[in-house]
Amino acid sequence: MSEKKPQSHGKNQVETTGHTWDGIEELNNPLPKWWLYTFYACILFAAVYTVLYPAWPLFSGETPGILGYSTRGAEAAEMKTWEAQNAPLQTKLDAADLTTVKDDPALLQYANSAGAAVFKTYCIQCHGAGAAGNKGYPNLLDDDWLHGGTIDAIYTTIQHGVRSPTDPDTRPAPDMPAWGETLKPEEITSVVQYVLKISGQTFDATAADAGAKVFTDNCTACHGDDAKGNKDMGAPNLTDAIWLYGGDQATITQTVEKGRSGVMPSWSTGSAKLSEADIRSVALYVHGLGGGQ
Amino acid sequence: MWDYVKLIVLGTIALCGAVAANYARDFGYEVHAILITVVAAGMFVWQLRRIDEPKPVPTDEYLDGVIRAGVIATMFWGVVGMLAGVFIASQLAFPSLNFIWAHGYLNFGRLRPVHTSGVIFAFGGNALLATSFYVVQRTSAARLWGGNLAWFVFWGYNLFIVLAASGYVMGVTQAKEYAEPEWYMDLWLTIVWLAYLAVFLGTIIKRKEPHIYVANWFYLSFIVTIAMLHVFNNLSIPVSIFGSKSVQVFSGVQDMMVQWWYGHNAVGFFLTAGFLGMMYYFVPKQAERPVYSYKLSIIHFWALIFLYIWAGPHHLHYTALPDWASTLGMVFSIMLWMPSWGGMINGLMTLSGAWDKLRTDPIMRMMVVSVGFYGMSTFEGPMMSIKAVNSLSHYTDWTIGHVHSGALGWNGMITFGALYFLTPRLWNRDRLYSLKLVSWHFWLATIGIVLYASSMWVSGIMEGLMWREVDAQGYLVNSFADTVAARFPMLVTRATGGSLYLTGVLIMAFNLWKTATAMPEKAPAATAVPAE
Repeated sequence: MSEKKPQSHGKNQVETTGHTWDGIEELNNPLPKWWLYTFYACILFAAVYTVLYPAWPLFSGETPGILGYSTRGAEAAEMKTWEAQNAPLQTKLDAADLTTVKDDPALLQYANSAGAAVFKTYCIQCHGAGAAGNKGYPNLLDDDWLHGGTIDAIYTTIQHGVRSPTDPDTRPAPDMPAWGETLKPEEITSVVQYVLKISGQTFDATAADAGAKVFTDNCTACHGDDAKGNKDMGAPNLTDAIWLYGGDQATITQTVEKGRSGVMPSWSTGSAKLSEADIRSVALYVHGLGGGQ
Repeated sequence: MWDYVKLIVLGTIALCGAVAANYARDFGYEVHAILITVVAAGMFVWQLRRIDEPKPVPTDEYLDGVIRAGVIATMFWGVVGMLAGVFIASQLAFPSLNFIWAHGYLNFGRLRPVHTSGVIFAFGGNALLATSFYVVQRTSAARLWGGNLAWFVFWGYNLFIVLAASGYVMGVTQAKEYAEPEWYMDLWLTIVWLAYLAVFLGTIIKRKEPHIYVANWFYLSFIVTIAMLHVFNNLSIPVSIFGSKSVQVFSGVQDMMVQWWYGHNAVGFFLTAGFLGMMYYFVPKQAERPVYSYKLSIIHFWALIFLYIWAGPHHLHYTALPDWASTLGMVFSIMLWMPSWGGMINGLMTLSGAWDKLRTDPIMRMMVVSVGFYGMSTFEGPMMSIKAVNSLSHYTDWTIGHVHSGALGWNGMITFGALYFLTPRLWNRDRLYSLKLVSWHFWLATIGIVLYASSMWVSGIMEGLMWREVDAQGYLVNSFADTVAARFPMLVTRATGGSLYLTGVLIMAFNLWKTATAMPEKAPAATAVPAE
């Protein structure tokens, strides 16, 4: 222990406490004034805040705070404001004929706004944030529609889904069969070449000729004689450049061999059910994305 | 006699481990049981070969071997933990780094706790063990209490870390943030931690100095509080004694509140009080100046200790937590601002009269930047605890930025300063291998932190604004995926900042290695007598 000795410390001469640990000494400077007063101010703020807002737990319940604030109350009030503002438009939308909404700018704007929110919450997981689709999930921006692109068709698809196991009114879309189980490998090879031919890609002429017969015998029931698909069955057009799973030889072969059976949920049934207004607004939103008919 | 007890204990552990491995219900538990069996059996053989041999009697010197081991472990885990951090930061920016072949082991979810535990508990924990053992001996003028108990603490703690980190990769987790290790690791850590408390307290009790130095108050409060937090937050019942899974005794909002009472005070006592202990010794030593204010150290110590423990609810604003608890968490956090700054003032003002050292001494520069970041993040924390601010910042990258300006800036830099101070002294060298490399480390780390923190602020505030943006009808404008896409440049900047910081640490590891192995021994001074 050393003696107390004055230390040169800035302008002031302050003594040390007189203790030494491993050569470390401590000055006995007073608490900085600004520090102390800021500390007091924080304590004062805390005290006032706990009077204004719910704070101190008591035997039954807590002090409610003189402002009467609650987090849930504030949230409910905000929701109520929006609901009150939107109520007339929502009622109007629920009753509207969807084909004529486009003639009512205020209603259309409301539907687009609400529909965008629904889309961004429930649809983008499969169809993508920009609605451009993904492998197995259709692009909603173009004018190629598996189940129809009119506003009513889109509305029905969203309402009841495609191959939805929970909805008896779901879009009746037979599965693409796994032809690997019935066709011979060379028949699959040739029908794939035929599909490459009609979709305007490079193909093997001999195989494609043989494939034409395989196609007529097995595929036209759904895809049609002209292979342009059938919206009632959700069978895709095979003559254009738009592919749900991919139009290269390997993917088409996989599709033919193993089959396809994509599901879109029914949004009017099940646990993730949307309200009628939500379904209507998201149908209008999707219809308005650019490909609506 | 004592040797035979050790043999019996080690043999029993090895046997029980083998039995547990045989009946194991899950893969992670089985691997851990085998690991414990191998370790215990190895120690059994080692113990057997030394049995009844005369033991060297420790001379009157300090017990420094365990501190050297602690310095090496700190450096090692620092590199491991920060490498994991850089990798997961890159995974966030480039998801394809979640390799398909390594799914279930090396994807983000598995590696994230490896990073957090790696830097907080492995890097920070070993730094705290090593420095607290160093500081308590020097400032108490006493050898560590308990003979080789300090070695048990060191190896026991590092075994815990190996079990925890390997468990995360294999999916052994109780899914509580910063308290992921499962029940058997928690039990083991409790034993190790109580031994740590005994060593530390025993040394203080047998001290030759009349007073307890302020650094030791902070270290002791850290050890005591972490023991309490650890036990309460890990109260759980194993599903099977032969399986890793356990079920928490608390449920719902109670579980959540206990978890964040723990989580916040892991920050408050592990990363703040413990590291303030470090600061209170190494800053005055390196600056060769007295501590600025004894009075301030007392007031801010007790205020900090008292207020921190109530601030946890600010992690749970706008959740199922009742409003009153939320309010209290917020106001206690605001009152915590000045007590936290007391430590910063004492650290910075200790330099009065020695500011010129900042120009010449890169180690001092590190310590000052560290204290500066401490002050910044202890202002940012109370600000973010305000409910209105929190409604914008919570769940965003802002929180990540806040945590890292504290962790990289404060905890990292003060640890680096302490390691640069300790290494020449512990290995008895004249000086560090290269001060120039310390300067390089300083600038890489500082630039790294600036890139990290600023990109996360931008990203976090952007996320918060995008999430809450509504149109004229009150509908949300952005999808979550929109905000993820918008973060991309900031995520890349963050990973870059982290890489710079890691590069600095690698330079440091090289520098310390060279100091210990390639520098000439210091000329023998008079025998080290505990300071009077």
